[in-house]
Amino acid sequence: MNTATTTPEQHGAEHHDHKPKGLMRWVLTTNHKDIGSLYLGFSFLMFLIGGAMAMVIRAELYQPGLQIVEPNFFNQMTTVHGLIMVFGAVMPAFTGLANWLIPMMIGAPDMALPRMNNWSFWILPMAFSILLASLFMEGGGPNFGWTFYAPLSTTYSPDSTALFVFAVHIMGISSILGAINVVVTIVNMRAPGMTYMKMPLFVWTWLITAFLLIAVMPVLAATVTMVLTDKYFGTSFFAAAGGGDPVLFQHIFWFFGHPEVYIMILPSFGIISAIIPTFSRKKLFGYSSMVYATASIALLSFLVWAHHMFTTGMPVAAELFFMYCTMLISVPTGVKVFNWVATMWRGSLTFEVPMLFAIAFIVLFTIGGFSGLMLAITPVDFQYHDTYFVVAHFHYVLVTGAIFSIMAAAYYWLPKWTGHMYHEGLGKLHFWASLISVNILFFPMHFLGLAGMPRRVPDYALQFADFNQLVSIGGFAFGLSQLIFLVVVIKCARGGKPAPAKPWEGAEGLEWEMPSPAPYHSHTTPPIVK
Amino acid sequence: MHKLISVAVLSAMSFLATASGGSPFNLTTGVTDISHRVYDLHMTILYICIAIGVVVFGVMFYAIIKHRKSKGATAAQFHESTKVEIIWTIIPFVILVTMAIPATSTLIEMEDNSQSDITIKITASQWKWHYQYFEHDFGFFSLLSTPSEQISNQAQKSENYLLEVDKPLVIPTGKKVRFLITADDVIHSWWVPAFAVKQDANPGFINEAWTRVNEPGIYRGQCAELCGKNHGFMPIVVKVLPQNEYDAWLKEQLAQVEVAKQAETKALASTLTYEESMTLGKQVYLARCAMCHQPNGQGIPGAFPPIKNSPMALNDKQAHIDIVLHGKAGTAMQAFSNQLTAKEIATVITYERNAWGNDTKDVIQVSEIINREVK
Amino acid sequence: MGDAIARALSQSYHTTYCEVIIMNREQLTQQNRRLVQKLLLIIGGMFCFGFALVPLYDVFCEFTGLNGRNTIKAEQQSQSIDSSRVVRLQLTTSVSPGMPWQFKPNQHYIDVHPGENKVVKFSAKNLSGQAIVGQAIPSVSPGLAGLYLNKTECFCFNQQPLAGGESVEMGLVFFISPDIPEHISTLTLSYTLFNVTDVTEAESHNLQAAL
Repeated sequence: MNTATTTPEQHGAEHHDHKPKGLMRWVLTTNHKDIGSLYLGFSFLMFLIGGAMAMVIRAELYQPGLQIVEPNFFNQMTTVHGLIMVFGAVMPAFTGLANWLIPMMIGAPDMALPRMNNWSFWILPMAFSILLASLFMEGGGPNFGWTFYAPLSTTYSPDSTALFVFAVHIMGISSILGAINVVVTIVNMRAPGMTYMKMPLFVWTWLITAFLLIAVMPVLAATVTMVLTDKYFGTSFFAAAGGGDPVLFQHIFWFFGHPEVYIMILPSFGIISAIIPTFSRKKLFGYSSMVYATASIALLSFLVWAHHMFTTGMPVAAELFFMYCTMLISVPTGVKVFNWVATMWRGSLTFEVPMLFAIAFIVLFTIGGFSGLMLAITPVDFQYHDTYFVVAHFHYVLVTGAIFSIMAAAYYWLPKWTGHMYHEGLGKLHFWASLISVNILFFPMHFLGLAGMPRRVPDYALQFADFNQLVSIGGFAFGLSQLIFLVVVIKCARGGKPAPAKPWEGAEGLEWEMPSPAPYHSHTTPPIVK
Repeated sequence: MHKLISVAVLSAMSFLATASGGSPFNLTTGVTDISHRVYDLHMTILYICIAIGVVVFGVMFYAIIKHRKSKGATAAQFHESTKVEIIWTIIPFVILVTMAIPATSTLIEMEDNSQSDITIKITASQWKWHYQYFEHDFGFFSLLSTPSEQISNQAQKSENYLLEVDKPLVIPTGKKVRFLITADDVIHSWWVPAFAVKQDANPGFINEAWTRVNEPGIYRGQCAELCGKNHGFMPIVVKVLPQNEYDAWLKEQLAQVEVAKQAETKALASTLTYEESMTLGKQVYLARCAMCHQPNGQGIPGAFPPIKNSPMALNDKQAHIDIVLHGKAGTAMQAFSNQLTAKEIATVITYERNAWGNDTKDVIQVSEIINREVK
Repeated sequence: MGDAIARALSQSYHTTYCEVIIMNREQLTQQNRRLVQKLLLIIGGMFCFGFALVPLYDVFCEFTGLNGRNTIKAEQQSQSIDSSRVVRLQLTTSVSPGMPWQFKPNQHYIDVHPGENKVVKFSAKNLSGQAIVGQAIPSVSPGLAGLYLNKTECFCFNQQPLAGGESVEMGLVFFISPDIPEHISTLTLSYTLFNVTDVTEAESHNLQAAL
């Protein structure tokens, strides 16, 4: 791939840089880079708020007995921590990366629908203000877990449930608008010659993610609407008294919820597939099989939802079906891991911070995948279900999976975004501090779960005390380590060694053909893709 | 280096294998045939995962060590091989099939609820269990018995902190016991790890599970589905007795039911004094009501209403009795008519109407409760 | 909405880009709009699908016995009896909180030959002073067995009003299909009694339609 030799930055400076200054620039912006930065900044803020809630949880669980918070508030913390991390931290971070990178990667000047782009970001802070405000209402905020199982979330929920429902609706609309924009951009705005099978994998995985979002976020909207009408308008979708069924809630929720899990990991696969080849100085092994694997994971994700519900009393035949389908997902996921390892094999490897995070991703995400495979086996899932084993599993997949990939992406593209190199020493410190603390935080949770500690409890029996203390210490250390990242980003934004157009020797892709920092308007003339 | 890793992993594996049973690191082997099979399945899959991990990460770390640029490695050019892709699609698939076979047979055995010897109906409610011996029309509630001083760190925590109940479920060894599981309010989940039984209790629906315990003993578990504020405080204790001891226990229980009935009749005839009512009422209140309405009677705003200065506790005596007897639909307020004796209900209402400055001077008599119930 | 989209789309390209791009701006705007319309259609469809899952689930459960609900009235009585087998039907009841009724089966179980028509009785008593309307909701375990439990008459088909202190005996006429699988030797029929006094007339109509 190569660009035609034009000077887009001169064009940009002369004709198009009439952006408003100050706050209004950010409120009114329709520029994909500004909106990408807004998304990324917002998601980091949410990461800190959700993280603070995790600190409250871990502080309470530091030793047996009730010390800091009462159980009802503890439940609000676990609930809102989950909601914020899923809808406020991970998903907006991926949308931010998509905004920044997709137009640059496919040779488009901007996203296809810039005004809608502005809206899809700016309704997010509204949603989370509502959600956080509900914590201060009389009776407290949502306390029924992020999965909001009925009837705990309907008949037995606090008065603030309406706010929770509206907040989730707004988050859903924001994600849907973002997904529409991504699909339209990728389908219609590719530069001449940028065929589908030439697109970088990050673009591919996001295209598939966007379709998943379009398919399942409306189902989430329907679910919360039913919760709302059950609670306030006397319908009985999930109440046995009126002919409903509480288990139906779980079917509908997980029909959304399982694809949602893949929404939070597919873009990671794209990021890792960009970083590993760069620092191996070798082309990605099996590009097309990566595309097919991603697509088959996405399709299978619609057939496995009930593996979250093995203990609800399903017939054996249904349990077997969902067990087999779930096990099947590990095949395409395995193919991805094998391809990454094959890419590194006989490469010429260097270990800058993005590569370190990417390698940690492969190892730790795979561990999360192994525990996922164990959870898929129905008879043993009866023992693992709703214990800390599950908590360990999904934190390995989401923290050392999704969040580590986001960190890797941030370090990898920061030079392109800011025009400066980040501080390599601080970055390495951040990596090692995170890697060690995250394993102290989450690995012992496997043991806790196997030994029989249920999740979502504010207090526990004495035999769980030692591991919980260790886990809490790991938690505080991991929380503090993320402040190093904040320092790295601020330092990098304010200055540092100027970054060349292509700071990484082995990098490939249209974004590296642009100067660093990338000009305000990307590809004002379409690049020629070879 | 990769040898070092595999040695470490192998030693971890042997450690896990030997540390089974009461290990703080691993799943319990349990005390039923099913739980043993579940444990074996768990270990098999764990070993397979570890083996795959050793191979994949071994290759990766070999590349990380040998193929680094600082050692002068130059990148090879290969980036595609359909043959390799097919191989590493098929091999995992075959491994999965070998996992699925024992998993399927274990599952089918677990779900075979037929030909049971004893049936026990388990009803969950916020935050207690009720066990009904189906064949004997006899049942009781089972509640956390850990004192609140231990939870609030004002007293030394006992050995079975949070895993002890006032009345455990009792079952005999060697018999197939079938559990019918349901709930009164929200979803709960009945879980005893030693039996490898975990089954959700869904309000309005009935679920089944079964166990056949080989060894007598006391086995502990917990509610496994978030069910509101005190989800962490509704443990399960099952006492497994040899058949003859179980029979004796059952006989004694059925006799006690008769004794309790007579005590009820006697209580109806006697008159409760204010002092007596306040003392007994306070005990009942702290044990059964204070977890929601709080020891100071002020409740939790927005979640649990106060009793102190509430119009019902100050004025409407009949409504007060009714709500304690029958509960309030759609709230955590349960029907206590079958959880407490008429005397306990009378005294706790007296306590609520006089404590914390409510001072109505009402003294509720047992007859008022009985009459209200069977009007 | 359409205008807003069109305006959003018209912003989407820069003149310089359009000068050289092979496709003209009008055409691209058209293309974007068509794609957005298609995606919006999918989104609307999936929102409706979320709600459609409710009746789909009911139908699915009715055919597979997935959730063990057993609310269908059997059209006719049994024709043939398989006297070589005996199946035990256990009966149990629950009363939901806030429902001041006593509600119990008159017997804990009944042994029947598949195909045999049988009657069992349940007693209910209103312990409170007010008139209350109750609705019993059935559930069968194992769920699959619900497919073979046929009720020709049941108090659960209707709501049951009781005046304060009144009591009633309610009947259930049923038979178990002779084609019930061999491995099912015991099945449990559970009724949970709910207080539906507050449910308005209109809603009780919906309820019956739903059942």
